[in-house]
Amino acid sequence: MQNDTAKITARGVQVYYGDTHAIKDVDVDIAANTVTAFIGPSGCGKSTFLRCINRMNDTIPVARVEGDIRIDGEDIYDKRVDPVQLRAKVGMVFQKPNPFPKSIYDNVAYGPRIHGLSKDKADLDGIVENALRRAALWDEAKDRLDAPGTGLSGGQQQRLCIARAVATSPEVLLMDEPCSALDPIATAQIEELIDELKQNYSVVIVTHSMQQAARVSQKTAFFHLGNLVEYGETSRIFTSPEDTRTESYISGRIG
Amino acid sequence: MPLSWILLLLAAIGLAAFFLSRRRAVGSVEGDARRLHSLPLYYGLHGAMMALAPALLLLAIWLVVQPMLLDRSILSGLPDDAIPEGSTPGLVMSDVRRVADGIERAFANGAFSEGDLTALTTEDVGAVITGGGTALGTPLTADVLAAARDYWLARGTLAWIMTAAVLGLALIGAAWAIRRSDGAFRARNVVERGVLVLLIAAASIAILTTVGIVLSMLFETSNFFRQYEWTEFFFNTTWQPSFSGRGGSSELGIIPLLWGTLYISLIALIVAVPIGLFAAIYLSEYAGKTFRSIAKPVIEILAGIPTIVYGLFALITVGPLLRDAFASPLGLGNSASSVMTAGLVMGIMLIPFVSSLSDDIINAVPQAMRDGSLGLGATQSETIRQVIVPAALPGIVGAVLLAASRAIGETMIVVLGAGAAARLDLNPFEAMTTVTVKIVSQLTGDTDFASPETLVAFALGLTLFVITLGLNVLALYIVRKYREQYE
Repeated sequence: MQNDTAKITARGVQVYYGDTHAIKDVDVDIAANTVTAFIGPSGCGKSTFLRCINRMNDTIPVARVEGDIRIDGEDIYDKRVDPVQLRAKVGMVFQKPNPFPKSIYDNVAYGPRIHGLSKDKADLDGIVENALRRAALWDEAKDRLDAPGTGLSGGQQQRLCIARAVATSPEVLLMDEPCSALDPIATAQIEELIDELKQNYSVVIVTHSMQQAARVSQKTAFFHLGNLVEYGETSRIFTSPEDTRTESYISGRIG
Repeated sequence: MPLSWILLLLAAIGLAAFFLSRRRAVGSVEGDARRLHSLPLYYGLHGAMMALAPALLLLAIWLVVQPMLLDRSILSGLPDDAIPEGSTPGLVMSDVRRVADGIERAFANGAFSEGDLTALTTEDVGAVITGGGTALGTPLTADVLAAARDYWLARGTLAWIMTAAVLGLALIGAAWAIRRSDGAFRARNVVERGVLVLLIAAASIAILTTVGIVLSMLFETSNFFRQYEWTEFFFNTTWQPSFSGRGGSSELGIIPLLWGTLYISLIALIVAVPIGLFAAIYLSEYAGKTFRSIAKPVIEILAGIPTIVYGLFALITVGPLLRDAFASPLGLGNSASSVMTAGLVMGIMLIPFVSSLSDDIINAVPQAMRDGSLGLGATQSETIRQVIVPAALPGIVGAVLLAASRAIGETMIVVLGAGAAARLDLNPFEAMTTVTVKIVSQLTGDTDFASPETLVAFALGLTLFVITLGLNVLALYIVRKYREQYE
């Protein structure tokens, strides 16, 4: 089941927020059709590194990124790369569900409309339906596509956000603690969904829950104080970590 | 006893009640404040509250009610012929009050002595009073003198009764509060309720004032409609008051004034809304911190400029400029005062209202909305157009309606920019005028509050009030309806 061709390669990545050195010299290869989990204590830089992959850090004026990040061998920080196009290719789901104050349909159709992905209305309907099915929301939402997305429950909202990201047919899906605002049942649904999504996308998920990382991911990276401490097969990281810091974290001694 | 003395004594009683209550409460637990139900401060506050609140309330009511009752009783004691032809009971009463004041002054500086009171004649008193610098409306009559004497005596007695009642009530309240102050008494809760009453009173004053304004307008407006046909007022298209009042009938149709008001407001909003909104979007979404921290206050300075200064700007600069640049070459008239002038300048005045409020509202849209849109590969302006502005729309509409209310109520800019001629015309380079300007002109100069030419001002004011109230209700409705859009 493992596909070891690296989708994303990062070499010597440094991130500075003003004077703070948030990410220190991170090298990582993220495989295609794999779920990769970033774990680590709060403030360790895992979300920051995630936001480098779709250049969301560009929207923060004081943030500065150095180093080399390639997707399919293409340097995404190259001057010729349009960050706006990049973000269509690298979808993102945020910590708190953030549906737009629009109808469910318009939420999902947002990306395709902006990027002109549909030929006509019927085509767009198809994209929306397909995305909602991928996000396991179609059955619940098909009868109320005109209802506001903000009227859904928290778990449904998060799946709507996943559908919204999927609708632009990205290659990589970044998830920044997607379940931290959800209850256990909604979390289980999202986790199941992540497992299915990996068939089409490279999924990178930041999580605070080590159980979640163990459940959904094949690879795990442990960040600590801006350093990538250890990276490898999830099963190995959780059973026989090499670094003492990793061991302390997953056994609950630090964190 | 003068009022200031009563207030001073009340303050003293309140202060004493504060300290005595606190001391008694602390004493009841042998000085161990931890065993008290409330902090010692609350026992003191409770004491002061109980001493002052009822007494001050009684004082306020008494001061309002006493003159009314006293006037009525003195007037009913006056014989009918004491009110001369062409005078009114009100005028006679003010003479009575003046004479009573004169008598009081005369006693104070020793011109009269106690025994003289019943023997006073009109000549004596008249001489003393005019000598004391008081002018009377009519020559002093025996009736008025008698009434003034009664008035003065009653006033003196009532003042003593009031002083005794108020101070007595304060002492009773203080004593009661002190007696209640022991360790188990829940002074904190009682003070809390006192605070609540104070807050409710403050809120009611604001509401009652509004009601009072509306009622007084309604009263005068109904007077107007008794003298002037309401269909004429609302549907006549001519505004031509005759100011002689006698002969020559007035035409008081509101339509030309309303037209001018709405026309000027519309132009003002067409100027202010796009500029204000775009400025707000730039400031909140694109501008850097430093620029924003300078630009925002500078724009808000516009809101602090008195409207008369805008009026001068319209009169001296914008009006002639528009006339020479557009109106004359296009053959649209050669008046420097025009709807366009007033509308443009008013629009500039309204920019900060729109921009400042919209800026706050746009900033209140959660960052998660922006991230969500940018994360899908939208550009910044796509994000603003499709996510931020729709999410902020209720607030923006509220800001626009607030600006509209301002525009409708604006007077000075219109007088100086658009003139004072009531006209029903489509040409924006023609002089027109608004409801507020006409209210001012109907109420300035010699006014007779019985003629429809003056009373029409109240009908105009009420109409304007209803329109702006309608706008405010609409704004509230829009904001309520869409309030839960995000979150």
